[in-house]
Amino acid sequence: MIALVAGSYGLKALGISKVGGRIERRLGPAVTLLPAALFAALVVIMTFEDAGTLTLDARAAGVAAGAVAVWRKAPLILVVAVAMAVTAAVRALT
Amino acid sequence: MKARFGTIPWIAGLIGRLGSSDGSRPYLRDCVIVSLAVAPTGVTFGVVADAAGFDLARIVVMSALVFTGASQFAAVGVINDGGSGGAAVGSALLLAARNALYGPVMRRSLPASVPARLGAAQFVIDETTAISTARTNRRDAAGAFWFSGIILWLVWNACSVAGALLGAVLGTPETWGLDAAFPAILVALLAPHLRTAAGRIAALAAAAVALGVVPVTGAGVPILVSIVALAPALWVRTRRTEPPAAGGTSDDTPDAAP
Repeated sequence: MIALVAGSYGLKALGISKVGGRIERRLGPAVTLLPAALFAALVVIMTFEDAGTLTLDARAAGVAAGAVAVWRKAPLILVVAVAMAVTAAVRALT
Repeated sequence: MKARFGTIPWIAGLIGRLGSSDGSRPYLRDCVIVSLAVAPTGVTFGVVADAAGFDLARIVVMSALVFTGASQFAAVGVINDGGSGGAAVGSALLLAARNALYGPVMRRSLPASVPARLGAAQFVIDETTAISTARTNRRDAAGAFWFSGIILWLVWNACSVAGALLGAVLGTPETWGLDAAFPAILVALLAPHLRTAAGRIAALAAAAVALGVVPVTGAGVPILVSIVALAPALWVRTRRTEPPAAGGTSDDTPDAAP
């Protein structure tokens, strides 16, 4: 538990420390591209990954519906509601 | 632990920031909506940790001090499956490693003083980084970071305790489609990053790389590996030209379209 607490806090602190500053300078303005890459990777992993393998299940339908809502400039609450509703519906039907 | 790192300066800084904010806070709604998704997830964590044999004290300590949902679920899951403490910590820290990658971006929105930074560090997670970097103006980005960090920390802790006490009376959140809520939120908060060609290429290539390496790596690793996607994005940005076709970058990785 101590290792977990120290490790997870240490990783967060490392990023905003001088080490993170060096990375920030090295990447320059490109550091602003990091969130685009990391969040895109997170989205697809959260959508298609299940226990170490890629699967296509109800989540994909829900997230796709949410993405359409984002594209149509829907407010965030609607995006979440659509994604959850579609996922729950597809899951109930399959 | 945090008191030693100077709780008072960063709380004072936060209050000062809230007090000085004269305009609207467009990120408030984002914080509330993300909290609505975090709350049931926190309850689920409490239920799962309780079922895995964690006592209330350890659940409280974990949610308060680890405060990274994916890592907490991983650690509890490994223990529940009969894994060793070392394996639990290893997989949890691999998932937490991406928080270190958020640091270089978040630094610009954080205060310069060391005690304030040590306080801020605890809140550098997926959700706060997403809410904060969706803001273009630096003051909003800082406000969004602190606001979402503190709100989500409170919600996460209260709800994981509630889950531990309530036990499994609530049913599985998958029934309500909660597992699609977080990727959908991230899609929404990713959208502002896709306004530039370089941002679109970084996102597309990172998604392709992450999916491509899933079968050959453990949990958490695909996210870390995905930063190689910065290379093509940087190349495009340096050339300062529009990409010939956005889809062209993923042709060599068919996994991008599962």
